[in-house]
Amino acid sequence: MQKRLRMIASFLLCGIFLLAIAAELFTPYSYAQQFREFPNAAPSELHPLGTDGLGRDLFSRLLYGTRVSLVLAPAAALLSTLIAGALGGAAGLLGGWCERAILAIADLSLASPLLFVLIALRAMLPLNVAPLVSVIATFLILGLLGWPSSLRVIWAATRSIRNSDFLLLARSTGCGPVRLIFRQIFPNLRPALFAQFWVSIPVFILTEATLSMLGLGVSEPMPSWGNLLRGLEDFSAVSSNPGRFAPLVMLTLVVICFQIILPSQEDLG
Amino acid sequence: MLRTLRHLSVFALFLIAPTAHAQSGGVLHFCLHGEPKTFNPVLVEDEASENIRYLTGGVLIRLNRQTQALEPALATSWHLSKDGRKITLQLRKGLYFSDGTPFTSEDVAYTMKMLMDPQLHSGTGDAFRSAEGTVDVQTPSVDTVAITFPARVAGLEPLFDQVAILSAHSPKKEMAVLGPFYVSEYKAGSYVELKRNPNYWKRDAQGHPLPYLEGLHLDIQRNRDIELLRFRRGELQLINRLDSESYVRLQKEDANVAHNAGAGLDSDHIWFNQVATAPLSEYKKTWFRSAQFRTAISKAINRDDICRVVFAGFAKPAYGPVSPANRFWFNSALPAAKYDPQRALTLLIKAGFRFSDNELRDQFGNRVEFTLVTNSGNAVREKIAAMLQQDLANIGIKMNVVTLDFPSLIERMTRTFDYEACLLGLVNTDLDPNGQMTVWLSSGENHQWNPSQKTPATTWEAEIDTLMREQATALTDKKRKEKFDRVQQIIYEQQPFIYLVNRDVLTAVSPAVVGAAPTVLNPPAFWNVDVLQLRPGTELGAQK
Repeated sequence: MQKRLRMIASFLLCGIFLLAIAAELFTPYSYAQQFREFPNAAPSELHPLGTDGLGRDLFSRLLYGTRVSLVLAPAAALLSTLIAGALGGAAGLLGGWCERAILAIADLSLASPLLFVLIALRAMLPLNVAPLVSVIATFLILGLLGWPSSLRVIWAATRSIRNSDFLLLARSTGCGPVRLIFRQIFPNLRPALFAQFWVSIPVFILTEATLSMLGLGVSEPMPSWGNLLRGLEDFSAVSSNPGRFAPLVMLTLVVICFQIILPSQEDLG
Repeated sequence: MLRTLRHLSVFALFLIAPTAHAQSGGVLHFCLHGEPKTFNPVLVEDEASENIRYLTGGVLIRLNRQTQALEPALATSWHLSKDGRKITLQLRKGLYFSDGTPFTSEDVAYTMKMLMDPQLHSGTGDAFRSAEGTVDVQTPSVDTVAITFPARVAGLEPLFDQVAILSAHSPKKEMAVLGPFYVSEYKAGSYVELKRNPNYWKRDAQGHPLPYLEGLHLDIQRNRDIELLRFRRGELQLINRLDSESYVRLQKEDANVAHNAGAGLDSDHIWFNQVATAPLSEYKKTWFRSAQFRTAISKAINRDDICRVVFAGFAKPAYGPVSPANRFWFNSALPAAKYDPQRALTLLIKAGFRFSDNELRDQFGNRVEFTLVTNSGNAVREKIAAMLQQDLANIGIKMNVVTLDFPSLIERMTRTFDYEACLLGLVNTDLDPNGQMTVWLSSGENHQWNPSQKTPATTWEAEIDTLMREQATALTDKKRKEKFDRVQQIIYEQQPFIYLVNRDVLTAVSPAVVGAAPTVLNPPAFWNVDVLQLRPGTELGAQK
């Protein structure tokens, strides 16, 4: 049953990825094109999900927005997992003052209000950038700031490896530090790293959505799930066009799919 | 017989009275959109305190929000000296503050003293500060007061509309008032309760004492959605300001509830950074300083579309610094700047730009591209920005949009000047151009395109400086209007601010309220609160 569910979830995710990547094939409109005569239009043949407040085709915006959120969130998750892996691994292996310093920095980062830090960093960025660069910058910031919670998990896993018998055995046989890291430690850390990577993806998607809801995420006219979700603020438009719920449905679907295909405790061994 | 006749005449009066179906008494419920920071009318700066001041304060001269004309209030008449420095006011006799303290000329003298006290930093008092020196107040009798200023104060009489008279002798200090209501209870963060002032001086045409209402209950509610929900549930009877979406929604439910007073005084506009020291490329500074470039941008913007799409038709295209809602000061001779992208391109080509492959380049081959900043979280401005993006793309200009949190935006606008163009709005509460001195004088802090200049950077800014100073000292309103008309014309020609829209003033008034006549001036829905009444049987929560 679990296996079948995972298959369905993977299939759905792949389908959504494909739709997003080949968006041009599925919609004739640009995400920025405004049909000003038809703002807040209900679904029709021309606009399957209707239009937004500026008359832009919601289906095109959903596909292009999916591309932004689904491509960049894994990239940010990869970055944050790599940082967490490097720092958590170093803390767990080296111990002593290095461990204390890294954990102190991680705790400090966890205690700081992430949203305000993001807002401040976003404000410090140069203004004269194209929308695509601003999107990448937003996710880069998310990736650079999102590592502390993963670090704690990686650190704990590395610590248990450091005290393990197989590592002692490897050391006693004269295994060098590089070989120790890449042949003994990293393979044993891999399940934890993967888990952190998968867990981070929906977190970053939702954080970007929150930032966009505040008007600080992906900038106009580029769509993302976050700024599409802002369309739900307009209650009268939502009541006349249920197509406005599409990004919410997509986001929920993708987060559920990620949760299903996430490696379980048994998978991690 | 006489008694019967009297009864009959009272009955006849009751029948013919226009508001015979309404009742005196009752408590009107509506919201303040923030915590009142003070109840001292001299120290008022925020909107909530200003509303309380309007509801409780008695003023010498009142600006009628409907006719925009001045009317006698606590002063029955006034006389301005020829040099414009001295105003002599004749006060109403036999009036009392809400606590029973008599009202005399001493109270006016005391209020002026408080207003001009440099220790208090009164924003209201600042408007009266025309020059260095003290304000002299003479009280030759209990009902006469003469105020002499060190220099002429232009537009002096309307300024008294903001001055609520304080009692010099009442132990209740600022809580003793001369307005229609007094503050009876205040629960921080929750509500302000106002009760009818039994000593209010005004009476209706039939001689009945005003106000009709027994009191006001003002809930402190920042969330406009909750305010709207409560209004629809019948828990509130009035909304002072509505956005266009809520207006459309209410109008669909009940057309009698939603009121549109027409284009208001507030405007949304964009401007280009013209600060000489701004950290921008020199070629961009050259574009932004070019009047032709700015005019072309203005012509390329489809303001009608913005009004229709963003404001659901509840806004009017704006072309100049004064809204037509400001009946006296608006320069009606200025033509409407029509949407004409072809003309915009012609202007740009004349200015040395080249248009090919749907891209606009300057004479050095630089692609015309700039970033517009605006405040984050403002869905209306974000929509306007997206529309500007498409309009400018039609003439080959690439415009990026960046939204910033407000403190970061202000930092860039006023300190670092690290931005290219900005979209913001101007809230106008004052009809008189003197209220905008800091915007138009080149030395002004709010001269946003190039603030706090030591000497005017351009000849047209120098001319505006001269005209604004001249209008401030001109002896007649006609002369002042001539000068300010010219200022408006220069701004129209130079486009330092590219005006986009004047939003309509939208309000909601429950059918339970009788006598409401929303206007464009603040407070639009309850400016005539002293004559508002509630229909019988419309107690709170009765109507859905």
